[in-house]
Amino acid sequence: MSAAEEVVTEAPAVEAVPKRAMTLGYGTSLVVLAALILTPLFVKNFIIFQMTMLLIYGLAVLALNILTGGSGQFSLGQSAFYAIGAYTTAILMEHFNVNYALTLPVAGVICFAAGFLFGQPALRLSGVYLALATFALATAMPQLLKLGFFEHWTGGVQGLVVTKPDAPFGLPLSQDMWLYYFTLAITIGIYIASVNLLRSRSGRAFMAIRDNEIAASAMGVDVSLYKTLAFGVSAGITGVAGGLGAIAVQFVAPDGYTITLAISLFLGMVVGGVGWLPGSIVGSAFIIFVPNIAEGISKGLSGAVFGVLLFLVIFLVPHGARQVALIAQQLAAKLKKN
Amino acid sequence: MTTMLNVKDLRAYYGQVQALHGLSFSLNEGSLTTLLGANGAGKTTTLRAICNMVRSTGVIEFQGKPIGSRSTENVVRLGIAHVPQGRGTFTNMTVEENLQLGAITRGDKKNIVADIERMYDHFPVLKQRYTQQAGTLSGGEQQMLAVARALMLRPRLMLLDEPSFGLAPLVVRDLFRIFSKINREDKVTILVVEQNAQLALELADHAYVIETGRIVMSGNAKDVANNEDVRKSYLGY
Amino acid sequence: MELFANQVLAGIATGAIYACMALAVVMIYQAIDHLNFAQGEMAMFSTFMSWQMMQWGVPYWWAFILTVILSFAGGILIERLLFKPLAKAPVLTNVAGFIALFAIVNSVAGLIWDFTIKQYPTPFGSSPFLGSQLISTHQAGMIGVTLLLLAALYFFFQFTRIGLAMRAAASLPESARLVGINTSWMIALGWGMASAIGAIAGMLIAPVVFLEPNMMGGVLIYGFASAVLGGLSSPLGAVIGGFLVGIFENLAGTYIPGVGNELKLPIALALIITVLVVKPAGLFGRPIVKRV
Repeated sequence: MSAAEEVVTEAPAVEAVPKRAMTLGYGTSLVVLAALILTPLFVKNFIIFQMTMLLIYGLAVLALNILTGGSGQFSLGQSAFYAIGAYTTAILMEHFNVNYALTLPVAGVICFAAGFLFGQPALRLSGVYLALATFALATAMPQLLKLGFFEHWTGGVQGLVVTKPDAPFGLPLSQDMWLYYFTLAITIGIYIASVNLLRSRSGRAFMAIRDNEIAASAMGVDVSLYKTLAFGVSAGITGVAGGLGAIAVQFVAPDGYTITLAISLFLGMVVGGVGWLPGSIVGSAFIIFVPNIAEGISKGLSGAVFGVLLFLVIFLVPHGARQVALIAQQLAAKLKKN
Repeated sequence: MTTMLNVKDLRAYYGQVQALHGLSFSLNEGSLTTLLGANGAGKTTTLRAICNMVRSTGVIEFQGKPIGSRSTENVVRLGIAHVPQGRGTFTNMTVEENLQLGAITRGDKKNIVADIERMYDHFPVLKQRYTQQAGTLSGGEQQMLAVARALMLRPRLMLLDEPSFGLAPLVVRDLFRIFSKINREDKVTILVVEQNAQLALELADHAYVIETGRIVMSGNAKDVANNEDVRKSYLGY
Repeated sequence: MELFANQVLAGIATGAIYACMALAVVMIYQAIDHLNFAQGEMAMFSTFMSWQMMQWGVPYWWAFILTVILSFAGGILIERLLFKPLAKAPVLTNVAGFIALFAIVNSVAGLIWDFTIKQYPTPFGSSPFLGSQLISTHQAGMIGVTLLLLAALYFFFQFTRIGLAMRAAASLPESARLVGINTSWMIALGWGMASAIGAIAGMLIAPVVFLEPNMMGGVLIYGFASAVLGGLSSPLGAVIGGFLVGIFENLAGTYIPGVGNELKLPIALALIITVLVVKPAGLFGRPIVKRV
């Protein structure tokens, strides 16, 4: 060892979450599912739209959670993949008249490829360096979308308008409600797939890398492959979320996908609990509703109120919603005993 | 003879796991005491508990005053130097900077330079390397540096955690001879945790044997060395 | 060729801004092992404080010194109140805390001083420096102050006991505690110093980018990039990194076709990432060897 080197046993940036603690129990899952299915029947269209966005951002947070909570890599560039997904859907729908449902797998695959490719150079980076690299991606994306070269397809600064689909087979559902259930079905599908992914052999490989990269490679885990794979999967899911987002908002424009979106998704992950997949929806609720609440409390100081609320949350529960769930679980166990 | 350190009913925990189960022992001023035990018996934990680096309950008194609630740095400031396992060398700093760090809490700046010279007398090899990065030293040299750094505090009590670990037998002999010298000449009370029981018992005047977090035997080092169980378990004959 | 030389000179002038900010970034990174996303906003707030003092009639240099002292105290206060309680929380939670701080400082500054752009004075004047149109006396002064700051930091860390203690606390906190260093206060001190350096950077940058609550957004990103490029463990590297980024940004804007103002940042970042892929610890950083 030469003098100019520092030897460290690196503390993992992300604490280890045991596999079993990554999901909800059956009972709780069913209650949450029932609530998600039944609520739209009783609320106004605008709220249904917000719930759709809740699911969509929930998906994007989930994707980041797989990357960070699963494989220990950190990304501030999720907004870029979200944008690619959104534009893929919008361009396919508006320029090629492809059915909206069919655009989503395409968005997913394209983003998977983009993420996988981006994961290659990112392999050599970790910690703040990876954060900076992904940050660069996030800042570059809106600028790239504005380039004159792509303008014919992307609509440049103006963006593209996306048509909202009607319910199929003559179902008596409003557009908003249909889109909500459509999004819900996709979200549940991806959620179940993600849980299974993290429980599989690949998931164990991700977590081994997260907890100790060198030890993982010594055990025969192909670190490069799995790290890039984690990037790809995460980007793919984010892309699907982006596509759904484009349909829900009926509009794509470069300035909708700035670094602010990536930071929001990151906050959603922290508030939901890093590595705890069900927390993604809680985090999503935080990033959708808390800015509105802050605005309601004080217009001029909305940023400050948001910051204070965020501080309150991380002071009270530094491990996010996961911590709340754990405390609730312990309380329930105590009540049962008595 | 007065008591330097008195430990009563010490229990220590790593998270939910209890590592020490009510340990009691005391060190006389000026003594050289060794703490023997197998891997995982709780030797390192005992030293860490004294410096409040692990959650613990019980009474720890230093020169008659309880120190259990003090933070690590405030325990050290009382004159308790701890040479941790793995030596804790500041590898990216020079040898001399490491020594200066040992005296960082001392107010008597004038004497520090003289003390550094004294360390170079104790450990001549450090003098040859004083501008070198500490990370470039060999294992034995780093151990000497760690001991010298601890002495720069002008401690009343020195806690040594497995100083022989990973060193060649000859180097270990040298090192223990120096401990003995420090103990006699500088009047530093020493508590040394060792796996090399034979050597430790040769030099120490008092010994404790610890098993799964409890003291199972204590006494004069010679008596302990002659005990049949100790001979079989730790000395191998 | 003259175009090239001029662009390099202009790059050095902009680079001075980044170098100054990068110093603050390195300072905080040394203390807490993390990039503080709110650092730019803290610097902006300090700059506004000095502006306010000058509005009240305090002379420039007095306002400058007072602001540095207040920022130092403010940095310590923020650490004690907001981040010390988070010391045991996960790293990413701390990052969320930086973002929260960013939102609070930005919004409060906007409320007190509103979002209109304000002129900020320079003590060095703004005439051409040594007859060159590309570099003004202010920019030359800024380079001078940055180098002075660098020398002061070097002296502090190499030749003072407290600097030595801070280095020890940053590199091996547990060993540092074992020699009696109060590592928690070393972190607070790091926050204070970073905040004070940030304030100096802000006051030097304000005459160039004008004073408003969002003035530091872009600058901080370039500051991060410069610090990362130079190696986060080296103040000298950070300053060199700052100048390199400034030069490259200008050259890219001049010689690569189709690079407008908007693409300058992504391209500069892309270059830095390329450098990092080849040299992961930055140009002057100390390589870190990991073990299991």
